[in-house]
Amino acid sequence: MIVYLVRRLGQSLLALVAMAILVFIGVYFIGNPVDVLINPEATQADIIATTERLGLDKPLYQQFGIFVMNALQGDLGTSFVYGRPALDIILERLPATMELALVALLLSVGIGIPLGVWAGLRPYSIAGRSIMGGSLLGFSLPNFWQGMLLILIFAVILGWLPAGGRGETTEFLGLQVSFLTLDGLSHLILPAINLALFKMSLIIRLARANTREVCLQDYVKFARAKGLSGRRVVLVHVLKNIMIPVVTIIGLELGSMVAFAIVTETVFAWPGMGKLLIDSINLLDRPVIVAYLMLTVLIIVAINLLVDVIYSLLDPRIRLSEMNG
Amino acid sequence: MKMRALTLPIVAGLAAAGISPATAQELAIGLKSEATSMDPQFHQLSTNIQVAKNIFEALTTQDAVQKVTPGLAESWEAIDDTTWRFNLREGVTFHDGSEFTARDVIYSFCRIPLVQNSPSPFTIYSAGIADMTAEDDHTLTITTKATNPLLPTELWSLAIVSADTLGAEEEITYGPDGTCEGMGEVPQAPAFNSPDVAVGTGPYKLETYTRGSEVVLSRFDEYWGGTPDWERVVMRPITSDGPRVAALLAGDVDMIESPPIQDLPRIEDAGLKVVDALSNRVIYLHMQQLEDAPGISGTDGENPLLDPRVREAISLSINRDAIVERIMGGYAVAAGELLPPPMFGTSERPVDPYDPERAKELLAEAGYPDGFSITLGTPNDRYINDEQVAQAVAQMLAQIGIDTRVDASTASQFFSRRNDLEFPIYMAGWGASSGDMSSPLKSLVATYDPDTGMGPTNAGRYSNPEMDALLLEAMSTIDDTKRDRMLQEAETMVLNDYGIIPLHYEQTVWAMKPNLSYEPRVDQYTMATKVEPASE
Amino acid sequence: MTEIATNTPVRIDSPSKRIAKQFIEDPVAVVGLILFGLVALIAIAAPWLAPQNPYDLAQLNIMDSSLPPGETSFDTEMTYWLGTDQQGRDMLSAIMYGLRISLLVATVSLALAITIGTIVGVFAAFFGGRLDSIIMRIVDLQLSFPAILIALILLALLGRGVDKVIMALVIVQWAYYARTVRSSAMVERSKDYIDAARCLGLPSRRIMFRHLLPNCVPPLIVVATVQIAQAIALEATLSFLGVGVPITEPSLGLLIANGYDYLLSGNYWISVFPGIALVVTIIAINLVGDRLRDVLNPRLQK
Repeated sequence: MIVYLVRRLGQSLLALVAMAILVFIGVYFIGNPVDVLINPEATQADIIATTERLGLDKPLYQQFGIFVMNALQGDLGTSFVYGRPALDIILERLPATMELALVALLLSVGIGIPLGVWAGLRPYSIAGRSIMGGSLLGFSLPNFWQGMLLILIFAVILGWLPAGGRGETTEFLGLQVSFLTLDGLSHLILPAINLALFKMSLIIRLARANTREVCLQDYVKFARAKGLSGRRVVLVHVLKNIMIPVVTIIGLELGSMVAFAIVTETVFAWPGMGKLLIDSINLLDRPVIVAYLMLTVLIIVAINLLVDVIYSLLDPRIRLSEMNG
Repeated sequence: MKMRALTLPIVAGLAAAGISPATAQELAIGLKSEATSMDPQFHQLSTNIQVAKNIFEALTTQDAVQKVTPGLAESWEAIDDTTWRFNLREGVTFHDGSEFTARDVIYSFCRIPLVQNSPSPFTIYSAGIADMTAEDDHTLTITTKATNPLLPTELWSLAIVSADTLGAEEEITYGPDGTCEGMGEVPQAPAFNSPDVAVGTGPYKLETYTRGSEVVLSRFDEYWGGTPDWERVVMRPITSDGPRVAALLAGDVDMIESPPIQDLPRIEDAGLKVVDALSNRVIYLHMQQLEDAPGISGTDGENPLLDPRVREAISLSINRDAIVERIMGGYAVAAGELLPPPMFGTSERPVDPYDPERAKELLAEAGYPDGFSITLGTPNDRYINDEQVAQAVAQMLAQIGIDTRVDASTASQFFSRRNDLEFPIYMAGWGASSGDMSSPLKSLVATYDPDTGMGPTNAGRYSNPEMDALLLEAMSTIDDTKRDRMLQEAETMVLNDYGIIPLHYEQTVWAMKPNLSYEPRVDQYTMATKVEPASE
Repeated sequence: MTEIATNTPVRIDSPSKRIAKQFIEDPVAVVGLILFGLVALIAIAAPWLAPQNPYDLAQLNIMDSSLPPGETSFDTEMTYWLGTDQQGRDMLSAIMYGLRISLLVATVSLALAITIGTIVGVFAAFFGGRLDSIIMRIVDLQLSFPAILIALILLALLGRGVDKVIMALVIVQWAYYARTVRSSAMVERSKDYIDAARCLGLPSRRIMFRHLLPNCVPPLIVVATVQIAQAIALEATLSFLGVGVPITEPSLGLLIANGYDYLLSGNYWISVFPGIALVVTIIAINLVGDRLRDVLNPRLQK
């Protein structure tokens, strides 16, 4: 297992490096950030001086060399826009994104699994069919359009919830979080639903299919025949057996939630790192873009590894070293 | 049904909690973009400046129509062409209680070149200062390297920080370009995120700065200009237009800047107040004046834009009123000049008429009866409805036979591509921060010369030596009447030649609760200090 | 809504007739198929069906801008059934053409991704060994990153353009097909008939493409239907984020994004109608996909 983990980690690091190189070079060719950032009244001499100060006058390979040297020491560069270490800026935004992603995940699992199991147990009932219809809709609505509709309905027409922003935050375990105050919570609801809906539909479908499969298994039929109450059968057998695929999906989807948060954060002006990425792309703030990617990739890799480990713990039949072949 | 009865009050409760009550004590403003730093000398960007202006002040100020008025300097005079004397205000204190003197001014100017990593440094204003001496604590002489009639105007951009708070030595001696002595350890931009360092003389003190979320200011009770109106000011960046408007409609904030024009009717219907002002920003078309221009076809390799008749045709083909009415929702003014009259150096030149027939004739006279094809470059996230305006222009050019393809990109790519001369014709905007005609003339149409710093934004490479000479003369004339006349003449030369085609002046709009009032500003700044409870 | 035929096992190599018969047993899926056919027809025939060519600037007039549905043009007789956008563009025509771009981007990228993925997948399965493990490692690695992130970064670097969006979609999608084809080819490879073909001395290429490949088609179709819906949604999202197709060739996603600015002001039609068109398209494809999955291969349920 350790050999497997080390190998996985090695491959991911390789991907990380490749991505960093690609993005570094790519952003270099898009344009000169000084063109956007500098006051338009600045003269050519000012532009050149600023370009030099940001180290952008050096040839690409030299800039890259400096970046690598610093990166090896844990310094991912200084943001062109903010004049502060890129990593610090992203880490400031990380809690907002993680809070959003976790709440969305909680929603999608907390609502998705019960609904999916329900639909799986009573596939032909009206409720079962409606749940599946709803999940198809959730699955088909593009994330950003659905976000717009949520704003239109709940913020503009009904005026129940704020349309964007993060609202009041409080400190919790040293991090700024929203969910502890009413104001923060009210700002959190719509973006979290927006981010959760797609995954929820996915989980409903998954839970339903697995439930149906499990219900047809002999031991469940047997349990029922034995006279166990319907509820107990569901709770003990069905849930236990659908956990493995669900955990996998949850793990994998948490990573994609962090990425999809880019869209949600843009629609709801949520001050997370996805919004930062879009802004940084627009301003060609290369250190922030590269640092964002490296951090996100690291998070995803870590989650994937964690899922693999949990997977093997949940189902002793699976040995990690075999998954690799 | 039971479920709904349960959830409704909860949701309603949440919404109620989300609304910060607009007592006269607190003001919440939704901004379009976020300040990148609290250091007033870090990034020369309107977003930063408008926040900093609440905390820091400068020697001069500009009122809502960009007229220069006294700030921390009570009065000033030009002793000769390059020497100015400023009499500083007495009895002014910084937020931490220290007294404001000439030493703070010298320190502030000295610090500008020492600010590291600035993406757009303030040195473009400070570099022209050769020497500064304090005659006494409240009298200061400034010597400039060249004649600069705009010095008092430019000084408004240079924020005064506290020498003592930032750790300067007792004696500070000025030296140009970062050669000052006695500066001590100069704190860098990130340090200003702390209220202990971001100390100014302005009406509000920095309370907290939470990046990505909000800037909170609190009243400075000892402010020399009288007690500020608000106990607490919260400035919150809400960068997406829709959510910003929704935040105002929902009552989350009391005021927002730049509501999208198309949403104004809705905002007014909701009983909110909208104020607007003509800005100092003109949207213009610039045309490539080098022999080989890219992106043109159907002309046998020639550049049709070299012919002034073609340029005139382009101007006459544009229905500026339709753009103002339809695309800008009436919140713009058709432009005939590079700066809206009556600002300094304008000549009240009439707007070019919409005359597609005459435009077609001119094209035919120039030898292009069937028109040609061209690419129009435009940013899509920089000016109000920029991409829409460019498409409308393309539509109008198509009507006279110039087949126009719109090439829209984000500002980051657009400016780099424009500076690489990739567009035969492009649309952009110019805001004259000094409120003076020399600004657009110098940057947009003066002959491009990296050595003298003329024409830095002249990516059409228009060149008119006669105009250049007149402009240079104007720029070193202290007498305002003469300067005004010279600038008018220079501008007329360019416009008669259709060297640049003005489209419209943007209007800046603010929307707020009906119990507030804000004097709309030409420079587009949103300043909490100028927001007042409306007298009813 | 759709029923999974778990209790009626279907053999992978069942004849297409039987598949069709099973398919139409589910009326919802049939509705989906009809809807999709309609959408595809509109997209293909847009230049002939649309009342206006929304890309021909000379045909537009900004005096007609932002008209609500049902209004008539100020100078021509034309009625704008779905209203106009801020350029005076007929929304009905814009949606038809937008659908065309959206489907074009999705299908071209699908075709390219399937081709690349299939070739890679079959090669990996057929030759096995080191090549297989390297390819699959790359595939796994890529699939572990969210498609939207990869596409967003790629397009931020490449710039806007239909061709560039297609390229980005191919890059994020090929791995799905490679993995699908490889896994079903692996199953097939171990079967007797492949061994027999090898013994007969048939060339590898022939075995791969004549014998292995046809058996990988059913799972491929299932993945493709899921992916094409995803591709349409992804393209729309990218355009919404400002890195997709250019303004001169608006897809449905870009139309919605344009309308986003007008949503609050009550000009709902600019955003809502293209949104409905997009959702109907995706739902139709998903309905068909769901049914196909049940019919073709019950084991592939996800």
